[in-house]
Amino acid sequence: MATAASTIPAGGTWAPPPRGPVGMFCLIAAESAIFVIFLVAYIFYIGRSLSGPTPREVLEVPIFNTVCLLSSSITIHLAVRALRQARMLAFKLFWFLTLALGAKFLIGTGIEWHHLIYERGLTIATNLFGTTYYSLVGLHAFHVLVGLVGLTTVMLFALASKVRPQQSEKVEVFVLYWHFVDVVWVAVFTTVYIVGR
Amino acid sequence: MSSNSLPMPDAIASAPHLTGSARVLDTLHDWVITVDHKKLGLMYIGMGLFFFLLGGIEAIIIRIQLLFPLYHFVSPQVFNRMFTMHGTTMIFFTAMPILFGFGVYLIPLMIGTRDMAFPRLNAWGFWIALFGGLLLYFSFVGGDGLYGAGNAPDVSWWAYAPLTSRAFSPGHSTDYWTIGVLLSGFGSIASAVNFAATILCLRCPGMTLGKMPLLAWMYLVMAGLVLMAISPLTAAQIMLLLDRYLGAHFFDTQAGGSATIWMHFFWIFGHPEVYILILPSFGFISEMVPVFSRKPIFGYPIMVAATVGIGFISLSVWAHHMFTIGMESYENAFFVLSSMAIAVPTGIKIFNWLGTMWGGKIRYELPMLFCVGFLFQFLIAGLTGIMLAVAPFNWQLHNSYFVIGHFHYVIVGGILFAIFGAFYYWYPKMTGRMLKQKLGLLHFLLFFIGFHLTFDFMHIVGVLGMPRRIYTYEPGRGWEYWNIVISVGAAFQALGIACFAINLVWSYFQGTRAGRDPWDGWTLEWATTSPPPVYNFAQIPEVKSARPLWDFKHPEDPDWKYL
Repeated sequence: MATAASTIPAGGTWAPPPRGPVGMFCLIAAESAIFVIFLVAYIFYIGRSLSGPTPREVLEVPIFNTVCLLSSSITIHLAVRALRQARMLAFKLFWFLTLALGAKFLIGTGIEWHHLIYERGLTIATNLFGTTYYSLVGLHAFHVLVGLVGLTTVMLFALASKVRPQQSEKVEVFVLYWHFVDVVWVAVFTTVYIVGR
Repeated sequence: MSSNSLPMPDAIASAPHLTGSARVLDTLHDWVITVDHKKLGLMYIGMGLFFFLLGGIEAIIIRIQLLFPLYHFVSPQVFNRMFTMHGTTMIFFTAMPILFGFGVYLIPLMIGTRDMAFPRLNAWGFWIALFGGLLLYFSFVGGDGLYGAGNAPDVSWWAYAPLTSRAFSPGHSTDYWTIGVLLSGFGSIASAVNFAATILCLRCPGMTLGKMPLLAWMYLVMAGLVLMAISPLTAAQIMLLLDRYLGAHFFDTQAGGSATIWMHFFWIFGHPEVYILILPSFGFISEMVPVFSRKPIFGYPIMVAATVGIGFISLSVWAHHMFTIGMESYENAFFVLSSMAIAVPTGIKIFNWLGTMWGGKIRYELPMLFCVGFLFQFLIAGLTGIMLAVAPFNWQLHNSYFVIGHFHYVIVGGILFAIFGAFYYWYPKMTGRMLKQKLGLLHFLLFFIGFHLTFDFMHIVGVLGMPRRIYTYEPGRGWEYWNIVISVGAAFQALGIACFAINLVWSYFQGTRAGRDPWDGWTLEWATTSPPPVYNFAQIPEVKSARPLWDFKHPEDPDWKYL
């Protein structure tokens, strides 16, 4: 027996997990913990505002917006599948659709906030409902915004024909983040518009 | 091994021959732009030592102020700033950077790879943490917004609401605290992502999870805890900023907000934080004790299970910091029981280290001295922890010096002793030179004596009723002698630290050459040169057991035969 190394089959089946998804899942874990704290604060303060307006008086359920955001998860999935199969036109089309749906969601949130602030007089400083509502929905909207920046970056690279099927694994790491943003919206939507209203 | 024929990046760095200030600038530039885990690790450690000095000076000021009853060494305002800055500095900008630094430096070496999984994220994490620390200390200058004298935050390291609201903390000192800690938290989360990805994805061939060095396991669980525990602090700091800048009401009791929820959010971070600090220390001990006992670690799988167990349980014990706020009895019962339950895996670890030493050929080198100090002191820290976990006992001694004594036993007697041990153990690897033996022994003795003088008697003065965070006290309560002893102990500790600091600098120039493997170690970092080359290993190693260097040195009796 010369050395320990001599009996190990070289280049065999040693395949630790890829670092991209592991890193992204770790980030998602940390982000989830942040959202949990904001959700707990929201739930804890439901019905504790000392003054109006109450959620039932001012909130309208953003169903179309929600449908847009959730369906963007499907389109981004189709986009990355097209990229893996080297169907570049389909990739660009679905990626753009995702971007458009995400942007629609963010604009929808903007319109909702404009309505609340200027017509209903609800700001972050009005009462506890305003405090928790704007911070929770705003935290999510911020994540959508970061996602849109990422989507736009990939879109620009794709338009310049710099995205290749070999890079689909890297694109998929970003896709994980986008799915996370959608899943969090389910929790936020349920808390704010169903439980809290 | 054809390492000489490979084109390696360090050949580029040594090529131009510069002189004078150009060379200094070049070296500085090299350190600023680096993404090398070894340089970043050293910078993390350097940052930690710098803030350790500042936090130590603040501690000395606190101890001089409390030396005599009705003493006025500093004003009450300055006293408040000192204990706030001492706590914040020591946790966020001393302990975390030093432990992260050792991890960033050692983990790629120990798992046999060339760098962290995300080298640039690694650099980002370091610089953002350093920026956070500098921002915190800038408050001494800019805390009042530049007109009017600066002032440091004075809301204590846990910054309880509503003291932190605009009404009670005008000026910007609290904002410096919030943003400084928030930024260091971002850095910690980035580093945790990096640790987890590195440990899971970059292990060298053959190193299954069950064959990793225990230090890598401890850092993996620590990274998970950072993700789960620092994030709530981040969320709470964002809420506090919203309160202070946009007029939100999260912690505003006037508008129906709750001061208690800040306590919950803070301690959901705060208690796992203790384990974020102690798990890497456990990792150091688990590497050093076997090497200096000449035995493999006793009960490797049990150690891993205990670590994971601690990780999980530590997320459900936070409210034992809050027994006096008046919780429901079932809540009290839950947190009493969970806090006691965490003593079980911790106890398992202590027995495993003792089991490793039992029957071994123990070499009392300097790292081992600190390990033994750790075992003894950490046991006592754990025992007073169990005492404080009992709610009725806690009601009696909450916010007393007993609590101060307890957690300094954990953080100084446990974590800091492990860190000192790690310095003596890995300094030869990092610099290529051994630390001076006699000066190290003096450091150990002075610090050991100082530690016990200070923190043993804090328990007594706490039982006698001295509350924490008081500016001064009346004579005649039986606290005078104890406070003098405690402060004298602080002076001993300062002398010990001075020996340590001199040793670090002196040995760098004058220490005896260490060679690759001064301790006859078993993990992969000892397989490369000291200090390691930029690429760590000319050839990525392959391992077959948890002690690859033992296998290499003893081909007639390798560990993997018995797996």
